[in-house]
Amino acid sequence: MITIENLTRRYGALTAVDDVTFTARPGRVTGFLGPNGAGKSTCMRVLVGLTPPSSGSATVLGRRFADLPDPGREVGVLLDASAQHAGRTGREVLTLAQRTMGLPRARVQEMLELVSLSDEEAGRRVRHYSLGMRQRLGIATALLGDPQVLVLDEPANGLDPAGIRWMRDLLRTYADRGGTVLLSSHLLHEIEVVADDLVVIGRGRIVAGGTKAELLARAGTHVGVRDREPLAAALTAAGHTAHPTGDDALATDADPAIVGRLALHAGVALHELRAADGAGLEEMFLELTADTQRETTPTRAGAGAAA
Amino acid sequence: MSTTTLTTAHREAVRPAYDARPAPTPTPFHRLLGVELRKMFDTRSGAWLMASIVLTALVATVAVVALAPAQVLTYDTFVAAVGLPMVTILPIVALLSVTSEWSQRTGLTTFTLVPHRGRVVAAKAVCALGIGVIAVVLAAAIGAVGNVVGVSLAGVDLAWDLGAARLAAITLATVLNMFIGFMLGLLLRSSAAALVGYFVYQFVLTGLTALLAAAQPWFADLQPWVDFNFSQGQLFEVVPSAEQWAQLGVSGFFWLVLPLAVGLRLVLRSEVK
Repeated sequence: MITIENLTRRYGALTAVDDVTFTARPGRVTGFLGPNGAGKSTCMRVLVGLTPPSSGSATVLGRRFADLPDPGREVGVLLDASAQHAGRTGREVLTLAQRTMGLPRARVQEMLELVSLSDEEAGRRVRHYSLGMRQRLGIATALLGDPQVLVLDEPANGLDPAGIRWMRDLLRTYADRGGTVLLSSHLLHEIEVVADDLVVIGRGRIVAGGTKAELLARAGTHVGVRDREPLAAALTAAGHTAHPTGDDALATDADPAIVGRLALHAGVALHELRAADGAGLEEMFLELTADTQRETTPTRAGAGAAA
Repeated sequence: MSTTTLTTAHREAVRPAYDARPAPTPTPFHRLLGVELRKMFDTRSGAWLMASIVLTALVATVAVVALAPAQVLTYDTFVAAVGLPMVTILPIVALLSVTSEWSQRTGLTTFTLVPHRGRVVAAKAVCALGIGVIAVVLAAAIGAVGNVVGVSLAGVDLAWDLGAARLAAITLATVLNMFIGFMLGLLLRSSAAALVGYFVYQFVLTGLTALLAAAQPWFADLQPWVDFNFSQGQLFEVVPSAEQWAQLGVSGFFWLVLPLAVGLRLVLRSEVK
């Protein structure tokens, strides 16, 4: 369980994280989604106590991270796979974590097997690791203490498609056992296949949150229509949104039934009418985050921050 | 590969539910000590620093036997020859142990596994202290062997001209040296900057103040009070008098204690990225 409440972090005039509130629940994978520089990493650093918040609070399992007696055994953290000493071997990196947590030595080998790093690879220095291998090592470090909460910042970066598939299965199994997973990404398609819940952040503010199903429902309806103008006008007149997508399609927040009726009245022929799926979510993601950029650029970014 | 993955994943899956687990016990300090000590020597740079110390100590001992005139073939000479490389190089180990958390960004892992930076820094400080003491013990032991062998080769009388008080002063000087490296690491938190700082502090500054003291009599009188390198360096040569202790305290406060306190504050407060 991760609880973030009214969290704000300012750097001078810049508000990197602006009044952020959300929870990541046990048994679920929570996707933390936002473009680069949206405040995901800052939020996660505050959560694990590396960055002090300007205001608000972040707790894991009901406690501040610093109050956990042996954090590695309750919360697995991977913030940046490249943040490892280049002159240490992969096995040594794991051994240090294993010793810090006072775990049995066999645990290191178990984790190397779990993330599919061979003995030869584990004996190499991290300097010679690819980004994908560093991610695997980082995930091994995070899982070493058998924690019940996982905090992973962009863990899929640098993984090949098979690696991404592997990680997805791993996180799914983990959450199904009752674990809490908070996973960030700037790529929607990486997250939507594994996440149960989504939190979308743009310019430091939460712009959308909820279960994936809810957000998909909110993603609206996809309408294939050659003659777009009359239908868009009819939708807008009825109080719905209408955005052109692709060459001859509209995205709207109206139900398919309403769209069908309006199209009939307007005398417009449709060649497609369905609930928008992942593509709709992508559209929504881009729209939501673009909106926050437009809204916050002219005014001071931190103007709405809670004290 | 895939079969091992599956079996391990399966083993993970049959572990008990999270709610049933007891809360872990707090990380004990001795564990941190062990880990921080290991971290000082388990990197490629750590291994090379150790190798260079052994190598230069060996070369120094051989050079003393081969080149030094018979009248200086004493215990003091041997301990100094063996100790000098350690005294110079080991502070770099202490320095890098702090800066690598930032420069190599291992702090992201270290400070999330142990979210109390003060404890980590304390463990590093205890390691620096211990290494300083062990270095002197080693230098004294190797120096004794060198003295016995060297003197018998040269055919002169054995001279044990280094008593317990001198060895204690040398130990203090070595430990202070370790903390110069440690302090620069805390203060600068960048390996490159702290290394440059270390060489300026230990070598450039020493030369400059020596020049100044030679040229300006007023500075020569003042030097022991304001030049920590000087007052600390004296510990390698003599057992300090009451005045020399006072000089060590005054200069050490400004050149070591104060920057150490500032560095500590920066490390405890700064963001780890």
